[in-house]
Amino acid sequence: MWFKCWDKISSYSFKIHHHYYQYIGSKRVSKTWWRKLLFSWVIGWTVASIWIFCYMSSQATEKRKETLASMCDERARMLQDQFNVSMNHIQAMSILISTFHHGKNPSAIDQRTFAKYTERTAFERPLTSGVAYAVRVLHSEREQFEKQQGWTIKRMDTLEQNPVHKDDYNPDLLEPSPIQEEYAPVIFAQDIVSHVVSIDMLSGKEDRENVLRARKSGKGVLTAPFRLLKTNCLGVILTFAVYKRDLPSNATPNERIQATDGYLGGVFDIESLVEKLLQQLASKQKIVVNVLDTTNQSYPISMYGSNSSDDGLEHVSYLNFGDPFRKHEMRCRFKQKPPWPWLAITTSIGILVIALLVGHIFHATVNRIAKVEDDCHKMMELKKQAEAADVAKSQFLATVSHEIRTPMNGVLGMLHMLMDTDLDVTQLDYVRTAQASGKDLVALINEVLDQAKIESGKLELEEVQFDLRAVLDVVLSLFSGKSQDEGVELAVYISDQVPEMLIGDPGRFRQIITNLMGNSIKFTEKGHILVTVHLVEEVIDSIEVETESSSKNTLSGFPVADRRQSWKGFRNFSQEVSLHPFSDSINLIISVEDTGEGIPLEAQSRVFTPFMQVGPSISRTHGGTGIGLSISKCLVGLMKGEIGFVSIPKIGSTFTFTAVFTSGCSSSKEYKSQQINNQSNSISSEFHGMRALIMDPRPVRAKVSRYHIQRLGIHVEVVSDWKQCLSSFSRGNNAIHMVLIEQEVWDRDLNSSSLVINNLEKIDHGTPPKVFLLSNSINSSRTNTTTSGVCNLTVIPKPLRASTLAASLQRAMGVGNKGNPRNGELPSLSLRNILLGRKILIVDDNNVNLKVAAGALKKYGANVVTATRGIEAIELLTPPHEFDACFMDIQMPEMDGFEATRRIREMEQNINGIQFRNLSVETYNSVSNWHVPILAMTADVIQATHEECLRRGMDGYVSKPFEAEQLYREVSRFFQ
Amino acid sequence: MESKPLRQQISAMRQSFFDEEILDEQFTQLEQLQDRENPNFVEEVLNLYFRDSTTLIAKVEQAMETVPIDFPKVDKSLHQLKGSSASIGANKVRNEVTKTRELWQEGNLGGAKAAFQDLRKENDTLKAKLEPYFQQLRQAGPDEAAMRPRRSHNG
Repeated sequence: MWFKCWDKISSYSFKIHHHYYQYIGSKRVSKTWWRKLLFSWVIGWTVASIWIFCYMSSQATEKRKETLASMCDERARMLQDQFNVSMNHIQAMSILISTFHHGKNPSAIDQRTFAKYTERTAFERPLTSGVAYAVRVLHSEREQFEKQQGWTIKRMDTLEQNPVHKDDYNPDLLEPSPIQEEYAPVIFAQDIVSHVVSIDMLSGKEDRENVLRARKSGKGVLTAPFRLLKTNCLGVILTFAVYKRDLPSNATPNERIQATDGYLGGVFDIESLVEKLLQQLASKQKIVVNVLDTTNQSYPISMYGSNSSDDGLEHVSYLNFGDPFRKHEMRCRFKQKPPWPWLAITTSIGILVIALLVGHIFHATVNRIAKVEDDCHKMMELKKQAEAADVAKSQFLATVSHEIRTPMNGVLGMLHMLMDTDLDVTQLDYVRTAQASGKDLVALINEVLDQAKIESGKLELEEVQFDLRAVLDVVLSLFSGKSQDEGVELAVYISDQVPEMLIGDPGRFRQIITNLMGNSIKFTEKGHILVTVHLVEEVIDSIEVETESSSKNTLSGFPVADRRQSWKGFRNFSQEVSLHPFSDSINLIISVEDTGEGIPLEAQSRVFTPFMQVGPSISRTHGGTGIGLSISKCLVGLMKGEIGFVSIPKIGSTFTFTAVFTSGCSSSKEYKSQQINNQSNSISSEFHGMRALIMDPRPVRAKVSRYHIQRLGIHVEVVSDWKQCLSSFSRGNNAIHMVLIEQEVWDRDLNSSSLVINNLEKIDHGTPPKVFLLSNSINSSRTNTTTSGVCNLTVIPKPLRASTLAASLQRAMGVGNKGNPRNGELPSLSLRNILLGRKILIVDDNNVNLKVAAGALKKYGANVVTATRGIEAIELLTPPHEFDACFMDIQMPEMDGFEATRRIREMEQNINGIQFRNLSVETYNSVSNWHVPILAMTADVIQATHEECLRRGMDGYVSKPFEAEQLYREVSRFFQ
Repeated sequence: MESKPLRQQISAMRQSFFDEEILDEQFTQLEQLQDRENPNFVEEVLNLYFRDSTTLIAKVEQAMETVPIDFPKVDKSLHQLKGSSASIGANKVRNEVTKTRELWQEGNLGGAKAAFQDLRKENDTLKAKLEPYFQQLRQAGPDEAAMRPRRSHNG
């Protein structure tokens, strides 16, 4: 049974699993399925528990029945045995009588002897209450017999009809027997039944039958149970015939009748006897016993026991008292009703409860899953909404910023014009303030726009080649004014291992640096701000090595926060190197270190959160929106880098970020990079091979100075004090062309320095070296210089940059002032390369503009065709055509640039579609996919943003009138 | 050699345009577009401009005076004028056009008309100044035009 259960359970569990997968698939269908399953589970287990109950209770009943049967059989067998013992004894007595009464003459037995004997042997017949002997008397012998006995034979009939009470019983009152063929008067009787002496047994109905049957069969014969004489108890009489001689066992009944001498009868008082018998047995009180005579099947006569028939369990045992004519049986019943089958009840209920519990758990689980899934759906919905809201917010920000920017430009332009008019000092001040505020506002809007773009994921980085050093020079120049005013030293150091040219987004890179430096400038009042650029690989090596650097060993001598702490949290710092050792990606690590007031510890966690500043007072004192760092973080993320910082209040902060660029010296852009190198080298070539001496006691600062001077191709030696300086001069066999002295050293010991300078002039072999003073603050150095009285001294203002340094050196050394090439040189040269021989269509309704634009493009060697209307452009650009590009004015009468572009693109698409189907490429000039680059021309750069143009099917835009650099940038995207 | 004073004169004249801010950098770019293949490019463009601007100014004036004022027409013409003047680098004219157009767009008719008169005046001045310049240039010969110094307006 348990196996079955287990099967059931496991099959259910399989179903559950199976169903669970279904559930994931089709939710609605399976919901009803679940319910059905649950319902059938409950029903199934209810049925099962009922079955278990039935099974167990039937088992109990069976057991009970068995117990009853065994008990009943036991009783019946005992009764039968005892009866047989009694019967045997009575038979033995019959032999005794035949021997001693009939065998002897005169008889050896009289009534007294018999009574005594029987009384004393009564224990041998436990079931008999009395024994009597009747003799066979023929009618012919009656008189003689009566005379001999001294009493008449009496009859029994009336007695039976008028039963009398025991006490009143008087045999003398009985009537004498009427004349019969033969009689069987009792002559001997046990005392207890002595009242039957002289009564003719043949006169009683039961007795007569019994007697006749007994002598015929020669065996013990039983009467049906009847009320006994005198005692009136229910009894059975056993009768044995006594024969004159021994008869063979196969004697005929007639022979037997003839040989009959008398009849011995034993009275069995069944009731009391059975009672006595049952007394001896254990657990008598458990069962009720009935003994019945069932000779007549339809009217069984009860011999013992109450006849209150109980419907309950009954067992019948058959009794054999040795009389084949009579049939007896014993019926046993339990006294008590069967007890409640508690075991079955508890078992089945237990199983049911378990099943229900399992069902409940199951149900709860399903509900739970459904609920969780619903919740999940809801959450997803909410998430979608939230995201949509976020996008909407970003779009709103972008739109609003854009919309604000346009009028703001007007405001700024007007203010600018206003400044040119005749204003008095106060008015000018107001206008200046207004313009400054306006510029701040535009800057803020640009930042917000950036943030919005980043958040809406629209910001994409450019992939152009750029010179990192030049970018940093530009940034440095932006801040140099501020730093000089405040006396903060600005410096940039780029490791030699960083390649000249990188490919990436210089604008965004610059934005990050500007943000970080801007912050540093804001919060730094003394000391320095140092930007260092290294390859990640370099820094990793130095992590272990560079532990001895003391906090004093810094650019300005102020302690700084250890920048190595700031990149500790970088995730893939160590992996990066191993990840791309073979590719041409360049992993840069850039640190901006300042000696400002630092970020309070409690604010450090939200530094990168947008619009979060350290405290409200900060924005009052320093301005700004707090959006810069957040944007920087996003930009760094876009450059596949990480940003981190370490900041110690009152000491300073160091921000460090990594960025991944591509090496710019890959083959495809070699030409261009060559161009740029030529340009940058043109500054430095004139100093190539010169030698310089830097005198600076601070290694870090000396390193920075050396970096910048080396960029010009000058060989650099660093000394820390005057002594070393002089010694290097005296031993040097190579001429030293210039000496650069830190202002700090100079100021410290004015006398000795001027002395040394004078000495230098003397020792020197050829031309005396030029002496330069590296000064942080222009004003102070000038005054000092004048006081020192050394005329041969040039001040180089810090921060050091390649261009300013070169200019200063040029001025002082007088090396070939060949003049810098124009800025426009590079793009115009390249433009010529790109545009030479290209067929270009220009569309503008303004004749002057048209002519100028055409002239410009012709100058670069392009083959220019002009059109004044959008319709014309469409006709000309209907494929097949030979145009390489189209420049289109946006605002034109009749049909504007966007509309014309739309139609051209439609046309191209149709033709591309046809081509795709017909494959007749030849007819279309073997151009497989028509898409002529269309560039918008607009005077209003702000209005016609790149995105707008792209959205309208254009490929880019150029400002009008053409700006060589921008033109190059746009055009180079299409013509390689 | 005889044209040397003439050249100096021309150069001084040209410089004065920039000093007075009648012209701006765009003009130099225009000059750079001139070469042997296209010896009179600047003059051609300028002539084109003067022709166009005269028509446009007339158009604007007319449109401003007609009783149901045609706002878009004026705006369109001003836009064209703005583009043209920007293309040749006529700094002052462009500024005037911008001013006029903005006033016009604001609906300040009086202001716009006044500004428009300034515009016209500036344009006339430009014309008056440039015409003798080109005349002298022609006299100096084509070589001079082709050899317009490049570094003259640098920085």
